[in-house]
Amino acid sequence: MNAFLDFTEPERYELFETPTWESDRREFFRIAGAGLAVALLVCRDAGAQRRGGRGGGGPREIAAWLHVGEDSKITVYTGKVEIGQNIRTSLAQAVAEELRVPFDAVRLVMADTAVTPDDGGTAGSRSTPQTASQLHRVAAAAREVLIDLAAERAKLDRGSLTVADGKVSGPGGKPSYTFGQLTEGKKLAKAVAANAPTTPPAKWTVAGRSAPKADGRAFVTGAHQYASDVRREGMLFGKVMRPPAFHAKLTAFNVNRDEVPPEVRVIRDGEFIATVAPTAHAAAKAIDAIKTKWQTVPQVSAADLFKHLKEKARAGGGGGFGGRGGRGGGNAGSVEAGLKAADKTVTATYTVAYIAHVPLEPRAAVAEWIDGKLTVWTGTQMPFRVRSELARAFNMPEDKVRVVVPDMGSGYGGKHSGEVAVEAARLAKAVGKPVKLVWTREEEFTWAYFRPAGVIDINAGAKADGALTAWEAHNYNSGGSALATPYAVPNRRTEFHATDSPLRQGSYRALASTANIFARESVMDELAHALGLDALDFRLKNLRNDRLRAVLETAAKRFGWGKEKPAAGRGFGLACGTEKGSYVASVAEVEVAKSQVRVVRVVTAFECGAVVNPDHLRNQVEGAAVMGLGGALFERIDFKDGKVLNASLTDYRVPRFRDVPILEAVLVDRKDLPSEGAGETPIVAVAPAVGNAIFAATGQRLRSLPMTPDGLGS
Amino acid sequence: MPAITELHVNGGRKAVEADPDRSLLSVLRDDLGLTGAKYGCGEGQCGACTVILDGHRVRSCVTKVSAADGKPVRTIEGLADGDKLHPLQEAFLEAGALQCGYCTPGMILSALTLLEENPTPTRDEIARGMNGTICRCGTYQRIVTAVEKAAKVMKGGAK
Repeated sequence: MNAFLDFTEPERYELFETPTWESDRREFFRIAGAGLAVALLVCRDAGAQRRGGRGGGGPREIAAWLHVGEDSKITVYTGKVEIGQNIRTSLAQAVAEELRVPFDAVRLVMADTAVTPDDGGTAGSRSTPQTASQLHRVAAAAREVLIDLAAERAKLDRGSLTVADGKVSGPGGKPSYTFGQLTEGKKLAKAVAANAPTTPPAKWTVAGRSAPKADGRAFVTGAHQYASDVRREGMLFGKVMRPPAFHAKLTAFNVNRDEVPPEVRVIRDGEFIATVAPTAHAAAKAIDAIKTKWQTVPQVSAADLFKHLKEKARAGGGGGFGGRGGRGGGNAGSVEAGLKAADKTVTATYTVAYIAHVPLEPRAAVAEWIDGKLTVWTGTQMPFRVRSELARAFNMPEDKVRVVVPDMGSGYGGKHSGEVAVEAARLAKAVGKPVKLVWTREEEFTWAYFRPAGVIDINAGAKADGALTAWEAHNYNSGGSALATPYAVPNRRTEFHATDSPLRQGSYRALASTANIFARESVMDELAHALGLDALDFRLKNLRNDRLRAVLETAAKRFGWGKEKPAAGRGFGLACGTEKGSYVASVAEVEVAKSQVRVVRVVTAFECGAVVNPDHLRNQVEGAAVMGLGGALFERIDFKDGKVLNASLTDYRVPRFRDVPILEAVLVDRKDLPSEGAGETPIVAVAPAVGNAIFAATGQRLRSLPMTPDGLGS
Repeated sequence: MPAITELHVNGGRKAVEADPDRSLLSVLRDDLGLTGAKYGCGEGQCGACTVILDGHRVRSCVTKVSAADGKPVRTIEGLADGDKLHPLQEAFLEAGALQCGYCTPGMILSALTLLEENPTPTRDEIARGMNGTICRCGTYQRIVTAVEKAAKVMKGGAK
């Protein structure tokens, strides 16, 4: 099971009255006005408990809250960020479901540290399994309070009342009260009780159905204001000078004052050099008037990367991404004995390159200081972490810092940090005016962080009948997640090895599981071929996990696996995997002509428990397939001596219209299971399915991502 | 070259005071508050900054504002007719052809010029005609569907 699942632990929710709660209570009504406020309290530091298993006796904090106003308006306050995954819609659906209103009757206030609770940021596919389930409870509790209020007012048994269309009504519709009538003149605050009943997915009428993107109109008219669109009175524009290479040291600094107009400020604080001007153009021009010298140091380059990662591996793994050995697999038996017992074995090394997230909106921030208080509008998946970064940078208490995150121009795990917010705040402080700073694409490609590169070594064996006998997998650097095989193998060993990464690395959509599943599912294909078995039959023979079997069989059936035969020059490939509680299988068809690979069709079956919004889920599955194709075929960061050599969209290729195959997303809806996240997992089976299809078409086994940056045979 | 003092945007005349070397994108966004056009790459590679200049789509990030002197500029803000969305805007919403939405204004304006040149494109022609615009969220297949839908509604006539 997914180790993150205990995060929500519903038995920990309870009525809780403390002085902290009293001040929170006052805060709710100050922010939202009179009415009904319902909050969900969880144990603070649930993350530490999750990791270390500490007891549940710690202080409580608010995970999310909602407000029903005297005007009947329903507002949810959540620290989550809208990045394009459409949780502004799906979380509203959760609340609307329980309050029996249309989804667009619910407004979400998101990711503003002044009014929303800190819930740990938007990452790890947690918004649906965690936040949505919390909001179901909060909204259900609000509904019960509204029923109580109506019962009291009507002097009727609460069991005779029904809630529909934003009203609580008695038998035959009389009497009938709007939510506003029930909350008018009240300041009623409740914490969620453990037993607040929620509506089971099978009975959903608002959740579980496609709802259009919340605020969609603002996006198609250009009215939506991203962080990079925010404008403040008197605002200036900043530009930061970057060193010529990573780890370079400043040795000389000189400004030619004749080339800098009087309205442009040059700021230097140690190695932080920047300009502030009335226009971004003037700020950039002034940077060119600053003469600097830098001392660079020799560094590991792309050509030596994989050798370096293995040489610097630390024994015993640990740390880094995903900890030791991968989750949930465990070691068992003797790999040596298993390999001896095998009729066929495969020993192979797979690699993945560093890749960039390339969010279309680069990092951007607008910072404003007023009376010693700092407000920053910025695009980040971690508003509270960025608030802490800012508080530390300026040595000030967190309550004097406010971070506001407008719905973002995407992130994909690439916007967890707050560099641009700190830089903008430094400049705004220096000039005493609001400052906007937008990173250039080159800065985004160079000074952000990358999906980790990695080396995966696998030793595997199977009997002639296809039964796996041994599986050993080692990941160097990129992470342990999904390193353990989901196939039944009596003898198995997996280990993650932390090492030294030459480039700054961090989170990415499905992070390490993409690398580990690419290696595993490719080796499964190698074994199937060595044994002369069908790739689907071989997997099914060794797969005991019903949910994974179901998506694999569904994808294969939709694709026509085993029935259709590839045309000349074409090949079929399949792969499957599980990550973050959801299950995916992809089947790909490729065409190879003149050493160029074209992906013709990708069918993906996906299961994440009860589906919340089918159309938006399909959109995520299709989008993940496209992004997965980039990493599979041509995306890679090239670097030498601390310089990124392809820091532009001219030189770093991302998928475009003409790269996109026919995409089919088949959803397996399990209304009997809790909803899991869906923004990440659908990406994991794309690369191995394509790689296996290339092998089927050409007989060439490609063991490095990207597989064909310069076409086949390079 | 003297400063640019006026732009013809979305049917109106707007006073500006801009260094002629500045990009059209920055003047639209920073001076006129028309932030629908986005900065994506500054290289003319992603199309997020697409606007229509004198009837042609241009990458406003690599177009100097001086090039727009005296010529009509159309931005996403000028597309809807009051509260009534343009058929392309409606089609993008209906097809769910966006996730984060950052590429959407550029996509819609690119599609508009595509449909003016070819009012009844095939899916393949749409993909080829739109290839210069990037949707990093990967909603391409839906965008093609949206453009197809809009083409049917516009019947080659609507602007």
